Amino acid sequence: MSDTLLSVRDLKVRFPVKRASVFDTRRYLYAVDGVSFDVKRGETLAIVGESGSGKTTTALAIARLVESYSGTVSLSGEDMLTLDGDGLRAARSRFQFIFQDPYSSLNPRLRAGDVVAEPLKSLKNMTSAEQTPLIDELFAAVGLRKEQQRLFPHQFSGGQRQRLGIARALAPEPDLIICDEPVSALDVAVQAQILNLLRQLQAERGLTYLFISHDLGVVQHMCDHIAVMYLGQVIEHSSRLELFNNPLHPYTRALLSAVPSVQKTRSKRIVIDGDPPDPINPPKGCRFVSRCPVAEERCRDAPPPLRTVGSGQRVACHLVGDDAISPLA
Amino acid sequence: MSDQTQPAERASSPLAETVQMFLKNHAAVVALVVLTCIVIGAVVGPFVYPNDPFDMVWAPFSPPGEEGYIFGTDYLGRDLAAMIVHGAQVSLTIGLAAAFMSVFIGITIGALAGFYRGWVEEVLMRFTEFFQVLPTLLFSMVIVALFGASLVTVTIAIGAVSWTAVARITRAEFLRIRELEYVMASRSAGAGNLKLMFGVILPNAAPPIIVQAALMVGTAILFEAGLSFLGLTDPNVVSWGQIIGSNRQYILDAQWTVTIPGLAIFVTVLAISLVGDGLNDALNPKLRQR
Amino acid sequence: MPLLSVQNLRVELKTRDGIFPVIDDVSFTLDEGENLAIVGESGCGKSMTALALMGLVPHPVGRLAAGQILFADEDLAQANETRMRSLRGNEISMIFQEPMTSLNPVYTVGEQIAEVLRRHQGLGDKAAWAQAVDLLDAVGIPNARTRAEAYPHQMSGGQRQRVMIAIALACRPKILIADEPTTALDVTVQAQIFDLLHELREQTGTAMILITHDMGVVAEMAERMIVMYAGRRVEDGPVADVIATPRHPYTRGLISCVPHLTETLTDERPQLTEIPGIVPSLKTFGQDNCLFAERCAHASDQCQSGRPQDVVMGTQRVACWHAETIA
Repeated sequence: MSDTLLSVRDLKVRFPVKRASVFDTRRYLYAVDGVSFDVKRGETLAIVGESGSGKTTTALAIARLVESYSGTVSLSGEDMLTLDGDGLRAARSRFQFIFQDPYSSLNPRLRAGDVVAEPLKSLKNMTSAEQTPLIDELFAAVGLRKEQQRLFPHQFSGGQRQRLGIARALAPEPDLIICDEPVSALDVAVQAQILNLLRQLQAERGLTYLFISHDLGVVQHMCDHIAVMYLGQVIEHSSRLELFNNPLHPYTRALLSAVPSVQKTRSKRIVIDGDPPDPINPPKGCRFVSRCPVAEERCRDAPPPLRTVGSGQRVACHLVGDDAISPLA
Repeated sequence: MSDQTQPAERASSPLAETVQMFLKNHAAVVALVVLTCIVIGAVVGPFVYPNDPFDMVWAPFSPPGEEGYIFGTDYLGRDLAAMIVHGAQVSLTIGLAAAFMSVFIGITIGALAGFYRGWVEEVLMRFTEFFQVLPTLLFSMVIVALFGASLVTVTIAIGAVSWTAVARITRAEFLRIRELEYVMASRSAGAGNLKLMFGVILPNAAPPIIVQAALMVGTAILFEAGLSFLGLTDPNVVSWGQIIGSNRQYILDAQWTVTIPGLAIFVTVLAISLVGDGLNDALNPKLRQR
Repeated sequence: MPLLSVQNLRVELKTRDGIFPVIDDVSFTLDEGENLAIVGESGCGKSMTALALMGLVPHPVGRLAAGQILFADEDLAQANETRMRSLRGNEISMIFQEPMTSLNPVYTVGEQIAEVLRRHQGLGDKAAWAQAVDLLDAVGIPNARTRAEAYPHQMSGGQRQRVMIAIALACRPKILIADEPTTALDVTVQAQIFDLLHELREQTGTAMILITHDMGVVAEMAERMIVMYAGRRVEDGPVADVIATPRHPYTRGLISCVPHLTETLTDERPQLTEIPGIVPSLKTFGQDNCLFAERCAHASDQCQSGRPQDVVMGTQRVACWHAETIA
């Protein structure tokens, strides 16, 4: 599949858990516990989930901003996880990251122009003369004015800072841009501006996006495919239309029914009680079993694999057969 | 789709804002002026008032004002004014050099500990704690006793024990800043560890370190005064503490030999403290505000 | 006769550049048991309105400059601190966005609920604790008896918000003000919290003022809504009507700029309507013109001529010079 840009296989990221004493066995929290997916060039894969699902850690691991424990992350066939030092630095220009918090993602001591110049200097080794026309072009592309290059981050509004972050991410001309909740911290009117900008840039430059979000309305607008994560694993992965029109996994159904919306008629809400289980000691069967309204015995015994069903959707649930009908339908 | 509603603004750098805030603090500005005068006095003093502080020029214990010696003479008949002027250089130099040494050691240790975490941090922090619980004056005395009393050994003796506060502050700032997204963004833009530590994090960690460094100059001057009061200083130079030390038995008979150098120390350290305080206010709120 | 009647409320803030009205001539009413939503983006004054009702406008930076807050014949704008203190947590309660920072980390959750009961209802220690446990149970915390001895950091975000609700409703207040109560929570937890609020309000008949920026939440929770912009009320009316036929250009923009989940999805992905520009800064509040004009597609010279007057259109009130023409 030569049009697959990003291929993630069995990615695991773990963090050590503080022990009571040096003599206890070392335990780990697997924030990402075996995640696999592909993203085609020019498309947007959205990863959704609630807090503790591991979606942000997955994004950081792919961007080599957090160390992975095992698995592979292939960008155009080359495994990014095995790179180090100069090799990694050379590769970084192919994938860039847009951060969530516009107030902490820009170095307060750098002028706006220098913020955007940073990757050009370090990743592309460009001289000042070479940088200038590019920076001008990038500022215009994200809707900022040339005179604003001299200003410092605290002189910009939240939406403008996020535009700066986008310009910085575009600078080294990456193939893949990983967006971690890029509009969550912004007012709704500004959100619309930034989302439209992201889509426009994608169309113009043939970018591929990995879009992390908890906001299903935004995701529905931006993505081509969508993967739903729960407690470190992907539990459903479908195309946009399939997921929203025929959600299979009980958790996905509950998630969609919980979103308040002006347009949805108030359909009966599927309530899932309680809180997710302890991530350090996940249940040995399906991880959703403690909150699933239709859980059966076999769900407690063995974890359901992520398999492809008749419609082409992928889902990890024992109760979904090849007929692609959700147990909660 | 662009954001055109804001008019053209003048760039407002962190430095410019700091200076603005500082100027609003009148006490700090006055203190800075006084301090500048003291420093200028220390630098040009010996040229303007070239009398040798070790010369015995008059009768011992002459009160200030007699025979044109504005500060009088000490127990050996030496010109107190000359001693003050030459002593200024010594006290300030040692204060500055020792503070510089402390800050250098402190930043290095704090930065490495805060950035690398893990066992590096553990080892460095235990090392820091060891120095923190040392009785600093006694340790300095040991160094001077072992290596002799000269300007260099005194500076090292002070610098080697005063760095722990800077190390702790630096480490705390590094711990805070390394979690901020712009550090990750720089890494994503190609920065290596060294550049991240000293090019990205340290400039943003600077404000509380600068304040501490400024205050440390004052502390070092006091420390030196203490050491030379005890006689643990280079006998070939005059310093303010040394003047007090050698004249302390005569405080009841010729109090000016003690109070005048004492005042000099007091005014200098007070000025430094006020400037440090002003820096603290000027640097911190902007830093913490979004 | 409405439970709460706010008339021409004006709250001013002192800044480096002068004094500006962060709440500029706002009026609304709240009936018993009603659920009113105040909607707007950040900086529009909605949170400050809540603070003003509670008498918590920050001194000396801010002050309640004009207007009345009539709560059952009493004007809270004139009430002194002692009187307000007896009302807070008792007849008017508030819950906040960040349950972690609104709960005291050094006291158990049971203790924090009991404290309110002791202060306002004069209960003794034992009785207060027993009722605190009952309240924890009522808000859906399992094992309430043991959980009452837990500290805030030992609970999840959703549970902490439930504790906040328990504290707020302990004395069965007449009004509950909820300032973005679920913005910091996951969407499934948000759904749980809103269900809980529904249920509790049905039991206690408490009126609610819900402050939010999320139109979806308004649609699900509220009966009436007020849209605020730059410290002013620009539109109000029943929720269903305002959402179906928004009259003010800002309201329209707010609704159509958010991508909504539709019942059935198609391949079509329309461009999101943008409201160009950004919300005005406090420095521009209080001027004698329409503050939205610079971002409005329908603006004309008339919009600069003065503060837009209220126009009544059916059940809705709009403050726009062009309300009728752009309908």
